[in-house]
Amino acid sequence: MSDLSKEALAAGARAALEGIEGKALSPKDRLALPVQDMPCQDPVARGQNMHEVAQGYDEAQARIEANRCLGCKNAPCVSGCPVRVDIPGFIAEIQKGDFAQAARVIKRTNLLPSICGRVCPQEGQCQAPCTLGKSLKSIDKAVQIGRLERFVADWERSSGAAEAPAAGHATGKRVAIVGSGPAGLTCAVDVRRQGHEVVIYEAFQKAGGVMVYGIPEFRLPKELVRSEAGVLESMGVRFELNYLVGRTRKLRALLAEDGFDAVFIGAGAGLPKFMDIPGENLVGVFSANEYLTRANLMKAYDRPRAATPIYPSRRVAVLGGGNVAMDSARMALRLGAEEVHILYRRTREEMPARAEEVGHAMEEGVVFDFLSSPTRVLAGADGRCEALEVLSYALGEPDASGRRSPVAIKGSEKVLPYDTVIVAIGNESNPLLARTTPELKVDRKGHIIVDERQKTSIERVYAGGDIVLGAATVILAMGEGRRAAAAINEVLQ
Amino acid sequence: MSRILAKRRLSEEVYRIEVEAPLVARERKAGQFVIVQADAEYGERIPLTIADADPGRGSISLIFQAVGASTHKLAAKEPGAEIVLLGPLGNPTHIERFGWAVCVGGGIGLAPLHPIVEALKAAGNRVTVISGARTKDLLIMQEEMQALADEHLVVTDDGSAGRKALVTEPLKELCGQSPKPDIAVAIGPPVMMKFCAEATRPFGVRTLVSLNTIMIDGTGMCGGCRVTVGGETKFVCVDGPEFDGHLVDWELMMSRLKSYKKLEDEAHERCHLEQAAERLAAGGAR
Repeated sequence: MSDLSKEALAAGARAALEGIEGKALSPKDRLALPVQDMPCQDPVARGQNMHEVAQGYDEAQARIEANRCLGCKNAPCVSGCPVRVDIPGFIAEIQKGDFAQAARVIKRTNLLPSICGRVCPQEGQCQAPCTLGKSLKSIDKAVQIGRLERFVADWERSSGAAEAPAAGHATGKRVAIVGSGPAGLTCAVDVRRQGHEVVIYEAFQKAGGVMVYGIPEFRLPKELVRSEAGVLESMGVRFELNYLVGRTRKLRALLAEDGFDAVFIGAGAGLPKFMDIPGENLVGVFSANEYLTRANLMKAYDRPRAATPIYPSRRVAVLGGGNVAMDSARMALRLGAEEVHILYRRTREEMPARAEEVGHAMEEGVVFDFLSSPTRVLAGADGRCEALEVLSYALGEPDASGRRSPVAIKGSEKVLPYDTVIVAIGNESNPLLARTTPELKVDRKGHIIVDERQKTSIERVYAGGDIVLGAATVILAMGEGRRAAAAINEVLQ
Repeated sequence: MSRILAKRRLSEEVYRIEVEAPLVARERKAGQFVIVQADAEYGERIPLTIADADPGRGSISLIFQAVGASTHKLAAKEPGAEIVLLGPLGNPTHIERFGWAVCVGGGIGLAPLHPIVEALKAAGNRVTVISGARTKDLLIMQEEMQALADEHLVVTDDGSAGRKALVTEPLKELCGQSPKPDIAVAIGPPVMMKFCAEATRPFGVRTLVSLNTIMIDGTGMCGGCRVTVGGETKFVCVDGPEFDGHLVDWELMMSRLKSYKKLEDEAHERCHLEQAAERLAAGGAR
């Protein structure tokens, strides 16, 4: 995040690039190069539009940032990546200016780099163990791997040189993928590469799962998801939209009657959790899933062109501290809310959201009410949500997860006016597949039980992503999709 | 996408469309619904209960009332046009041999009631159907009901067909008989279902209602359809659509249905203006 414009950042990078052009850089030289800030839309302007906030590096910025990489032999960054992208490998290609080769290196293990570059929590993954960040004693000074990944992916797409991975020779085997989110798409690619026929079943009218219904346009342009799905189509993967496995067709029927040799279930998280407090079903209280789906997939921000309405809000309370809470709050601002608060029971340190999203939300004027949580939703004379009763908390002893657990302060209840409440405290698993497939084993929370190779209790049926993990991230879902694909490819040999 | 095969206007506002959906036609059971969307890009997702299915033809029939912008857009689609259709959704009606079942349908609620009556008959029940509507023109599925039901009672608010009464009146009379009905099923506008539940409550006749709430995905993901039943939050799409009418918090359910009333009214008005403008433009070209 920077106060400088895209042009100013690029000019700075060009000057730095002239200083190093043609020189062999010592590790000391690399350490001295300035970390490249991400150019962003102005916080006030972007509050009025849906365009992407982060604008991406230009070539000069990318090359300076890449030249900061020390190219460590042991590559600690790679061990932080759930899909093991060869990070020093692709960064070395950027240093050379061979962006096409950089893209090829990434795509060996990650087919969705333009998406991961944008939505992965890099500060907790690849960038956490970065030697450079450790040397400079700040995680913020680690090599900006995510931004570089995004740069490479965007460069490749805009150059028109994007290469789809080749599908292997037809094996005559067929694999069904349930759900077109990150787990499903990743599994589909890897299975298709082996030459198996692949059909992806998606309940919604568009492919992409959480990447189209959940993550907003201003963080992940939908054009990117369409283009990634297009890559799969060009590999010969078939999408069956508006098809709910479990209802439109039973899981068993796919194997027994439709000629599929294996199935991967990447159906996603499902049922939104609520706080279980009085008044939560009042008009004006929404799950983040509903609020974001209306705004993103159904394009409610584009009324009257879009037929789906979104609730007109003035004062909005968002409950939760993850990325979904940030997305909801920032979306509410863009849809015209005058004041948006995020209510979180702990403090900023414990917030699970990506640091960049928290920063962006703060810049845009979202108010953070830490150490507070509602106890009930109060109705006005019209029977709709009018206020929240909120209780204050203090941080107590660390709990099992190591986070200091919040303790309620007795008698601290306050009634605060809010016409809209968005609940973003996670999801429970969707019971639908388990209910219509009794032999599919799930745990107490309804998550599908899998072995270390993602196999479920049914032969030739695999699962991964949020339906197994509970609410996780795009990249973890991709990691599971990939592992399942490897197992499927082995079984179908 | 699913192709519309046929369209029929049943009354001023009520349409019946037959849509190509072979898998839905094969899988669907009484009580289930589909989500439709007039266009994939900007359309609104609305739940509609399945009125009938023809597995041989690979089609299902939907009956809906053009009451808002989205249903008007759907009504304007001609055979050959394609719409988004997902289903069958929701839990099928629990059908068994109850004994005597009284089935109450109000307005277009008669459409989703039809497959339930059919299934109850097939399971060997004696079925009494009460068909109700504001006026004669709005009574639908009458031939089908007449053919299926053991007794068929017709009521209209204005007396233009059958008895001039609300559906609750014959319902109460039937509940007062000895032996009383073993089960009642009521499908129609929320206020009708509420009063049917109130009518049967004193007699202790279990009353199933089918809720049609606001929904987006219809698969459990959004929670927009949630209702309070017996003090607990339930999702109509995965826990329903049928619930014990005596336990539903009707005031809350009806209040939630009106969440977007103002925006919907504006859109409806705009839709009428646009359609009028299109008609004028088409007339001018001739």
